[in-house]
Amino acid sequence: MMTISGKSVFGGVAIGKLMFYKRNEKVIKRTHVDDVDAEWQRFVAAKDKAVSQLKELHDKALEDVGEANAMIFEIHQMMLEDLDYLESIENIIRSQQLNAEYAVATTADNFAKMFSAMDDAYMQGRAADVKDVSERVLDILCGVSDGMQEMTEPCIIAADDLAPSETVQLDKSKVLGFATMYGSSNSHTAILARTMNIPAVIGMGEELKQEYDGKLSIIDGFTGTLYIDPDNETMTKMQDKRSKDLEQKALLEQLRGKENVTKSGQKINVYANIGNVSDLGAVIKNDAGGIGLFRSEFLYLENTDFPTEEQQFAVYKQVAETMAGKKVIIRTLDIGADKQVDYFGLDKEENPALGYRAIRICLTRPEIFKTQLRALYRAAMFGNISIMFPMIISMKEIHKIKEIIAEVKDELTREGIPFRDDVELGVMIETPASVMISRELAKEVDFFSVGTNDLTQYTLAIDRQNSKLDEFYDPHHPAILAMIKMAAENAHAEGAWIGICGELGADLELTEEFLKMGLDELSVSPAMVLPLRKRIRECE
Amino acid sequence: MKEFKYVITDPEGIHARPAGILVKQAAGYKSAVKIAKGDKSADAKRIFGVMGLGVKTGEEITVTVEGEDEEQAAAELEAFFKENL
Repeated sequence: MMTISGKSVFGGVAIGKLMFYKRNEKVIKRTHVDDVDAEWQRFVAAKDKAVSQLKELHDKALEDVGEANAMIFEIHQMMLEDLDYLESIENIIRSQQLNAEYAVATTADNFAKMFSAMDDAYMQGRAADVKDVSERVLDILCGVSDGMQEMTEPCIIAADDLAPSETVQLDKSKVLGFATMYGSSNSHTAILARTMNIPAVIGMGEELKQEYDGKLSIIDGFTGTLYIDPDNETMTKMQDKRSKDLEQKALLEQLRGKENVTKSGQKINVYANIGNVSDLGAVIKNDAGGIGLFRSEFLYLENTDFPTEEQQFAVYKQVAETMAGKKVIIRTLDIGADKQVDYFGLDKEENPALGYRAIRICLTRPEIFKTQLRALYRAAMFGNISIMFPMIISMKEIHKIKEIIAEVKDELTREGIPFRDDVELGVMIETPASVMISRELAKEVDFFSVGTNDLTQYTLAIDRQNSKLDEFYDPHHPAILAMIKMAAENAHAEGAWIGICGELGADLELTEEFLKMGLDELSVSPAMVLPLRKRIRECE
Repeated sequence: MKEFKYVITDPEGIHARPAGILVKQAAGYKSAVKIAKGDKSADAKRIFGVMGLGVKTGEEITVTVEGEDEEQAAAELEAFFKENL
């Protein structure tokens, strides 16, 4: 058995034969032509045929993946009709007396280079579009048919990378999954795979070899893994995972789009907690109403140095856009205690849980905090972002945070960088102190989110990492529930809303109690969204 | 000749989709339509030219329209930018 890892772009498990996408190899020769008028006409005929193929693809994509995703094929038509593009080809044919194939290939290269040289990742990606449309014309000129050999049985499609036109032309009823060597999670293939609900793993690199063609394989789209020639144990495990996923999907079908409402009509928002961009697929799949906790730590934990403003901006923007207007609550960095990062240069502490962590780092090292805030306020232009601050114990901290935010906004305004002014702000309620001053806190912020894991540890004075203490540990301790109730009453008294983003939020035994307290939101791991929705709908 | 300036507010700038719609719109006029950003300029009827400008959000462009239907074209294009970009 071979195990290859890549990047997951859509969850789900697919089991079947691997089939390598074969392109017809073309060798473009440079040849001299005498009748340049005829050669130009030969090109025009091929180009017209390509345009009409693209029109058909556009119509097909319109049905399969919707208008926004289909627009790319209309742009492709415009590229082929672009006067600069056509003039370049005509010029090579007429003035250099060269063949149409060479003229198209050279022109495509030049235009692709123009895009690759631009200082913007999105525009750099458009080089692939120029090549894709030009390949189509070349196929027609060379008389080779494009695309795939007929698929006789459902397969997992493997390729170096797939162009959008190639992806959309595949017979969907025979595609079990996608596995590619290259490509980014923003490529059209990734977007289309997500839209078509096909398990896909990309970016496996050279590990994915042509010689695996025809072998039995498994895509685990949840972990981004491809298994070639799986052993029995893996096969059993994956079959099990697949049927669980299908069960979950069946539950989803029943509950999708349904409201989180009790029998008596009380509504509550159910959001999802995520720790990385790769969890977004699961959020969408499980029909969460928003993201109640986006842990921004991964940006710091995965890097060997402080992530730049641009790196952070790109991630926050992607999350905001993917959630398309739904609420995305991003928690500012919560490093320290059990989450250590070398380059922060933190001292070893006797008692890290009560130590230098989270907002305490941000407020004493404002340069780190400001970079994150700048990225957040800029990204908020692209969706519905709220910002949440961890480990709050005093009003002084809130005032300091607001001062720093005002500085960040001033700087952005002076630099002429667009940002959103009215971003919703909230605090984590995870220290007993924050509960005791929650009435005052609620006057200063828009919302509370109760972090029950830390709140329990600090209230009961029990280290949860220590298994010897299990017999003393009671997650349903009345002190915790009383604290949540108090915070909820104080939040509502001052017009703020309150949710839970800790593990207790997913505890179905407590759902009824939380509803009684009048909580506005519960944020749970993506897989718990639907079971929780089911539970809420059973409550009175 | 008609001319107007516009600051792009679309957070993505003039990316592929609006560029496509803009080219379609501009192609409908008899007048020549040019877009300039700084010292670079492009024919608004050519998609590679428009995308090649790489106009980002917050950047100012100058649109010039010259030809027999320039009045109507300039007015409609200005409205187009306000609505789409």
